Amino acid sequence: MSKDVIVCQNISKSFDTARGVVDVIRKIDLNVRENELLVLFGPGQCGKSTLINCMAGLEPVSGGSVTVNGNVVHRPGPDRGVVYQRTALFPWLTVMGNVEYGPRVRGVPKKERRELAQHYIDLVGLKGFENSYPNQLSGGMQQRVGIARAYCNEPDVLFMDEPFGHLDAQTRYLMQEDLMKIWEKEKRTIVFVTNNIEEAIYLADRIVVLTNCPTSIKKEYEIPLPRPRDYVDPEFLRLREEISSVVDKAL
Amino acid sequence: MNTRFRSAKNHEKFICAAISIFVFLVIWQLVVSFTKAGLVLAGPVETLSSFFVAIVDPIGTHTIEGHILWSLSRVLVGLVLGSACGIILGILMGWFKPFSALVRPLFELLRPIPPIAWIPLSIVWFGLGEASKYFLIFYSAFCAVTMNAYSGVRQVDPELMGAARMLGASNRQVFFTIVLPSCVPQIFAGLQIAVGTAWATVVAAEMVRSSEGVGWVIIKGQDSNSTVQILVGIVAIGIVGYILAVAMRAIEAKLCKWSVRGK
Repeated sequence: MSKDVIVCQNISKSFDTARGVVDVIRKIDLNVRENELLVLFGPGQCGKSTLINCMAGLEPVSGGSVTVNGNVVHRPGPDRGVVYQRTALFPWLTVMGNVEYGPRVRGVPKKERRELAQHYIDLVGLKGFENSYPNQLSGGMQQRVGIARAYCNEPDVLFMDEPFGHLDAQTRYLMQEDLMKIWEKEKRTIVFVTNNIEEAIYLADRIVVLTNCPTSIKKEYEIPLPRPRDYVDPEFLRLREEISSVVDKAL
Repeated sequence: MNTRFRSAKNHEKFICAAISIFVFLVIWQLVVSFTKAGLVLAGPVETLSSFFVAIVDPIGTHTIEGHILWSLSRVLVGLVLGSACGIILGILMGWFKPFSALVRPLFELLRPIPPIAWIPLSIVWFGLGEASKYFLIFYSAFCAVTMNAYSGVRQVDPELMGAARMLGASNRQVFFTIVLPSCVPQIFAGLQIAVGTAWATVVAAEMVRSSEGVGWVIIKGQDSNSTVQILVGIVAIGIVGYILAVAMRAIEAKLCKWSVRGK
């Protein structure tokens, strides 16, 4: 059994809004193992993004604690990488500029970080686009840059917040396939948020089903299917039906 | 294929522009020739020929391009100083909230006052020479650029700042590598406004008191009852204003090719 990289202990999160205090996360205990691909699966607006932001350190928790490799998470930091739904690429930087940004601000010498960035640009299949600006790329390619940028900082864990949510269905399948290939080549601990059941079963080692807001853990599934997975494999379809029947309906 | 299509379009645009200017000149000529307006307004043939004569034959002590250069040099000094101060103040206001709370109310009070309202005071303070003109242009550029730099900083996408922090950037690095570059397009929009108002302000300032410049050409035309000379000055102002605007757009397209505005 491999060790737990992320440990969430009894975390909760609430926001002060004009309409009073809103509870978004209620008492979640969750451990993520080394090199595991964990999918957080739940209905839209259930608080998945808030949970991932708390784990990444972009939002402080209201109660409980998050540790990554034994260090308590208080604020953003380069030992954790995030891939955003809206890509959050820096539009004034080229593909190369975006991917090498992390090593650059951490003071890695130019030659070294260029090599590193080139490695990850090649890995996500963007060789030849190093000098393009994000607005010259398609949505799928932009998200590849996002993945390369997160990878290039060589974090212990990667958080992916519905990274393929804005893509069309065809591109989405392709990106899922390619993400699998990248992950097989460069294993990392990944926490992946989605509201798409097919995507969840295709990618996950383990799926954590979340309830509606305020969110808590409803059920967990280990997905033992061999990779690459087949969307119409009978076991795939059975799991899909079983998990779908468990999840809350979005409002 | 694509470029040929685009150049065909440019070609059409150019022809349309030429036709519209030509029709305007014909109507102008007809009005001057066949109505009493001719008594108070010079015709386009007369105006344009005087304009070209003025290129070699001085009006007062300078040729028309000499006057234009005088006005431009005043704009340049005021614009560079005003924009530099505006960019710095706007960014400081955008980045440091307490500073903004202190300075912004004062600035908001100053902002709606048009530059020409300051002409009499600027003469009292800085005399009749160049300094008062620099001051007026400084003020006009400063207001436009400050406001845009400020809102540029305020509108930086917080998700981008979060992404930079996530990748390991310190506060200082966030400011220099995220905030500054992402407000360049907005600062440029401010500079474009500043160039326009500075050019308008220099003409007004020269009309009040000067011995050279395009504003002076117009006001001297008025003194000597020469509508031709007034129109020569106006034509010069129009042409230079147009060239300045085109040049600013070209620089912006180059600098901000990553942004939607620059496209």
